[in-house]
Amino acid sequence: MTKMEKPTTISRRAVLMGTGALVVSVGAPLGLDVLLGMNNALAQGTKPPLTPDQLSSYIAVNANGTVSAFFGKMDMGHGLFVAVGQIVAEELDVPFKAVKVYMGDTANSVNQGGASGSTGLQLGGKQMRMAAAEARRVLVDMAAEKLGVPADQLTVSNGVVKTIAPRGAMPKSVSYADLIGGKYFNVQLEWNKAYGNTLYAPGKAKPKDPKDHKIVGKPIKREDVAPKVFCQEDFCTDIKVPGMVHGRMIRPAVAGSVPVKVDESSIKDIPGAKVVWQQGFLGVVADKEWDAIRAMEKLKVEWSKVEPPFPNQAALYDHIRKAPVRKRAEEGKLAGNVDEAFKTAAKVIEAEYEWPFQSHACMGPACALVEIKDGKVNCWTGSQKSHFVQNGLSAQLGVPLENVHVIWQTGPGSYGRSDADDCAADAAALAKAVGKPVRLQYTRDQGTGWDPKGPASIHRARAAIDAQGNVIAYDFLSKGFSRVDVDTNGSKLFDTLAGQTQGVTLKSGDGFGVPAESYEFANKKTAWETIPPLLDRSSPLRSSHLRDPVGPQIHFASESFMDEVAAALNVDPIEFRLRYVKEPRDIAVIKAAAQKFGWDTRPSPRKGQTGAKVSGRGIAYSQRNGTRVAVIAQVDIDRATGKIFAKRFTVAHDCGQIINPDGLEKCIEGNIIQGISRTLWEEVKFDNKKVTSVDWISYPILDITETPEKIDFVLINHPEIPPSGAGEPSIRPIAAAIANAIFDATGVRIRRVPFSPDRVKAALS
Amino acid sequence: MTQKITLNVNGKNHTVDADPDMPLLYALRNDIGLNNPHFGCGLAQCGACTVHVDGVAIRSCITPVSSVGKGKVVTLAGLGTPEKPHPLQTAYVEEQVPQCGYCINGWIMTAAAFLAKKKKPSEAEIKTALEGIKCRCGTHVSILKAVKRAAAMMG
Repeated sequence: MTKMEKPTTISRRAVLMGTGALVVSVGAPLGLDVLLGMNNALAQGTKPPLTPDQLSSYIAVNANGTVSAFFGKMDMGHGLFVAVGQIVAEELDVPFKAVKVYMGDTANSVNQGGASGSTGLQLGGKQMRMAAAEARRVLVDMAAEKLGVPADQLTVSNGVVKTIAPRGAMPKSVSYADLIGGKYFNVQLEWNKAYGNTLYAPGKAKPKDPKDHKIVGKPIKREDVAPKVFCQEDFCTDIKVPGMVHGRMIRPAVAGSVPVKVDESSIKDIPGAKVVWQQGFLGVVADKEWDAIRAMEKLKVEWSKVEPPFPNQAALYDHIRKAPVRKRAEEGKLAGNVDEAFKTAAKVIEAEYEWPFQSHACMGPACALVEIKDGKVNCWTGSQKSHFVQNGLSAQLGVPLENVHVIWQTGPGSYGRSDADDCAADAAALAKAVGKPVRLQYTRDQGTGWDPKGPASIHRARAAIDAQGNVIAYDFLSKGFSRVDVDTNGSKLFDTLAGQTQGVTLKSGDGFGVPAESYEFANKKTAWETIPPLLDRSSPLRSSHLRDPVGPQIHFASESFMDEVAAALNVDPIEFRLRYVKEPRDIAVIKAAAQKFGWDTRPSPRKGQTGAKVSGRGIAYSQRNGTRVAVIAQVDIDRATGKIFAKRFTVAHDCGQIINPDGLEKCIEGNIIQGISRTLWEEVKFDNKKVTSVDWISYPILDITETPEKIDFVLINHPEIPPSGAGEPSIRPIAAAIANAIFDATGVRIRRVPFSPDRVKAALS
Repeated sequence: MTQKITLNVNGKNHTVDADPDMPLLYALRNDIGLNNPHFGCGLAQCGACTVHVDGVAIRSCITPVSSVGKGKVVTLAGLGTPEKPHPLQTAYVEEQVPQCGYCINGWIMTAAAFLAKKKKPSEAEIKTALEGIKCRCGTHVSILKAVKRAAAMMG
């Protein structure tokens, strides 16, 4: 088990320590009985219910004065817990090191939405800030009673509340530990009755003015790096419980096919091997992991004959073009009458862009351990939405929610609705069937081949230009598979492979998106259309959230298109953007990136390059839920091989208040690398029967030999603007920045991702 | 059929009762209880399972446990400790490299075997030595910084 202290241990200790009466200082204005009664109303030994309207659901002061923060989201490797710890320490006026943040455990945190939409700080941090501020207010009130001094004459430093004493006089003081250490707050918050990302439950306190921040804004390092490099911290793959068996799943070779005959005798020689077969659900368990793997490989299965469900890959984009529209929506800032404006255009520029299915392709395939014991369920999972897994397992197993304990444990990457949620549900089905705890780990081909995919799409853009070269109308339409064919979490059985293979009624959702920018054109329309999935049940091409869901594809198209218009008008790409971008913070990131990069103002493409190797630079910019990013890419292209080297990036990033600049830089760095990878290499391959991207050869990602030489950052800090998230925004403009740089270098516009060497070579010839 | 196989891992002998064809990874993780090498692909494509056998970085996910013989196996936990860290471990902490961290074994164990033989490598040599190892979170830039830092520490 992990060496990190488990919050459940703390809870038990807190109960044990929570019996001491408070000492009342001499001269207290209230009688002892009244005071004790009052303090008992605020602090108590028994834990209040774990509900969003209780302060104790977020903050506890331990007997030794340290603070536990219980967070209903979790860190996906960006050091989110450091930033949340900084926020909590800041508001409580305790040292940063006194705060420990516990994440994603349903036994001690409420459902704040899990890792989702880069809202860790934007929404999760906001709630933790309000809870910590309220905890400080309550503690100062308690100290006021204890010290017999009005609260406004008290100050807090390092977890000690002191009177503001005249010079030379000894201040009276009491520590948080003495006030409440080891007991629970019993303080009601104003909960908005929402669960998930939008959960908000402030108290009466106002958080600090950002100008008074001392811990927030500091580059504090992650403390989980050393345990990781010294192998002292467990991943979800490392958890073991007594009596546990190992499971493996078996998927069909033709998507949509189900087992019709399973020959259990084919694995009778493998010790302890058992088959679990329920309709389309087929798995094996064995006492030893290697035996489970052998059983999976050896089991003889006859599958139903089905029509190949997919088009051939070459026909994918034609399929999308021709597919019926299931839902259409116009979103964003619409203006004027686009169709009328196009009738008056002196010139029309049009283009269409294509984006493939992409896989989460996590570093390791998903793993989950489910234990069902005495009517209670324990699940260890790397799912980035453990509270939703709790809902899902409760429904799946018919166990009351309070008897399902889901523990988030770092998984092998995540990046959205990966294979982790399916794995938890599959493990639960196996555990229920065999009556033993089951640790299920998927195989590499299941991890890449069967995870929910980032949706494939096409994007059409057109611009109307008047005789003076002004853009008078802009029309942008995305058409593709839904971002929520299966939803973003495993709370509903129909969104999991376990449910879909066992025949639950399906409910495929519709969602896509529109460009997020502040271009103002007199006539503007941005819209999306979704199409039905290729296979409605148990599909390896079902689509859902992949990091910055649909953001890279939409902005690849929209920001490539802005470049196309600029080039058609023979205008510098930044100058063109600055003519139409209207929000000051957007203008600021574009200008900051240009300045840092040393942008020379000229139209693309660059002139006068000859020879096999050419280079170019391109810009793209976008917003994301309040965050604004401008990226400039410099690329080298080998015309002979088509190989692109994304050599240098300059990123200007404004996400409001920066909580931890070092953490932010690392987070952006990962976004850029993953963004280059998705742009240059990533495409889920399939034939008409199945997904054929099943490993790192058939689903290549960016190699270490292709690492950019340099990434420059301009982190624009706005302490007065609440943080708006950084987990995803900077992956959004990468593809377009690279495409625009390729155009700058070669004069050739590539409108289909990925820019693999073959495709680039073909485009250049 | 299983057979008794003795492995020398991080300086200690362990006897496991295993199918000789079983990859070393499962013996390390399940029989010996070392969680540090990870299962990433089972195909020697990603590096997550990398350990040293007699100083050579190998992929334990495809190495039959019976093929190790008297070879001395070292895992990431055996490479260094918080009290006596390997320079790469120090550099990883200093550079704050990992995000999810699942790929660590591949990079550190491969780089450790490389740096043991190659002093003062160039950046191009480092990249070539690490070619093919996977990191999905995209910490490439920090990985290279850490390996260069460790190389400098190792003189």
